[in-house]
Amino acid sequence: MTSSAASRVPRVTSRTAGEPLVRLSGVDKWFGELHVLQDIDLSIDRGEVVVVIGPSGSGKSTLCRTINRLEPIDSGEITIDGQRLPEEGKELARLRADVGMVFQSFNLFAHKTILENVTLGPIKVRKQSKAEAERRARELLDRVGVGVQANKYPAQLSGGQQQRVAIARALAMDPKVMLFDEPTSALDPEMINEVLDVMISLARDGMTMVVVTHEMGFARRAANRVVFMDGGRIVESAVPETFFTNPQSDRAKDFLAKILTH
Amino acid sequence: MDFVRENADLFLDAFLTTLGLSLLAGLLALVLGTLLAAMRVSPIPPLRGLATFYVETFRNTPLTVVFFFIIFGLPQIDFVIGFFPGAVLSVGLYTAAFVCEAVRSGVNAVSGGQAEAARALGLTFGQSLREVVLPQAFRTVVPPLGNVLIAMVKNTSIAAGFSVSDLSSLLPRLVNADAGDLTLVLVGVVVGYMVITLPSALAVNRIERRVAILR
Repeated sequence: MTSSAASRVPRVTSRTAGEPLVRLSGVDKWFGELHVLQDIDLSIDRGEVVVVIGPSGSGKSTLCRTINRLEPIDSGEITIDGQRLPEEGKELARLRADVGMVFQSFNLFAHKTILENVTLGPIKVRKQSKAEAERRARELLDRVGVGVQANKYPAQLSGGQQQRVAIARALAMDPKVMLFDEPTSALDPEMINEVLDVMISLARDGMTMVVVTHEMGFARRAANRVVFMDGGRIVESAVPETFFTNPQSDRAKDFLAKILTH
Repeated sequence: MDFVRENADLFLDAFLTTLGLSLLAGLLALVLGTLLAAMRVSPIPPLRGLATFYVETFRNTPLTVVFFFIIFGLPQIDFVIGFFPGAVLSVGLYTAAFVCEAVRSGVNAVSGGQAEAARALGLTFGQSLREVVLPQAFRTVVPPLGNVLIAMVKNTSIAAGFSVSDLSSLLPRLVNADAGDLTLVLVGVVVGYMVITLPSALAVNRIERRVAILR
């Protein structure tokens, strides 16, 4: 395999017709001198689960964070459901409400109870009544298996429980797409599965998901597509089966050899 | 002792003046200081610049000069203000600069992930600040805010130089009337200030314990 072939991105044909839900075209971003995202083109269809993998520093987290503009981009265009990401202000806030995000470090609001964490967005952003928001929050907390913890504070929960609350908090906004930025990387090994199980059930229910992760098992079981990044570029994009058994680029082969040998 | 007792009414009036001045100026300083802190962390450069200018101006100007400006300077531009309201304004505006910096240090102590999570939910900048960042910031700055407010109560004594009959103004008045009771008058005035500051310090300690959050 030559390096020129490696830099060509194999395209996976879209599974549904029409406009993709998320589209990045020609996206570039610099951190000072560092060109962290280089001419990124990526389309994500409704109901698609895209797993982004790659070595640390490859730009995968940054890519994920540009989709709701937690990281502004320097050039290119990002659209969500056909709408261009606004620069700042109320328009951006409205669009972010439709994009759920789950962070590596959970980021639950430390001064609010579990229930309040989940109802804050629906009450303040969606203008739901408190009763309505709480009813839905309890449903979601039960669904992710932390219903009995509703009145506790985040610090009283384990990491796995906190991350499941964070997923419920994002779901409470009825998002069109969910972003997961290394959701299991800060967890003790025995808690990883309880979070992945929730994510797999979400994927089965048809949620559109972008997942930055090192969990290859999740990628194999739940992803429609694996995107491999290195050095700020999308090097390879393929269905999991193809990517894991027959990677095209040298860099992907090298990466897989390193992580799959132990 | 008789001398102090004879002037009990005067003491009470002076004490109430200092108390009122402290409460009103404190309220102004807390509200304005918090607003300034919000401006200093906002994403809008002109707001940041304005708040920074305010803080550096008031923080680096002696309080006596602020009093002069408010009470004698403003009438030059046809804005006449009474001595007591002028004192409230002077102490409040001055202290707001210190409150701002205390609150801002608290905002900086709240982890960036908290604000990111709030923004990711679709909360506006103002909502994130109100609902998520400031409530946590205040919890960490209760002790320094207590310091600022106690210093403020003592700073109100400068009002005595501007025709406000507060506790400090008793010193020259009563000492001139009967120099022999200097010590008693001094003790009376100090006790007057302590009646305001000591309970404030205790209140700060209680608030600190009550609002402490697990992280």
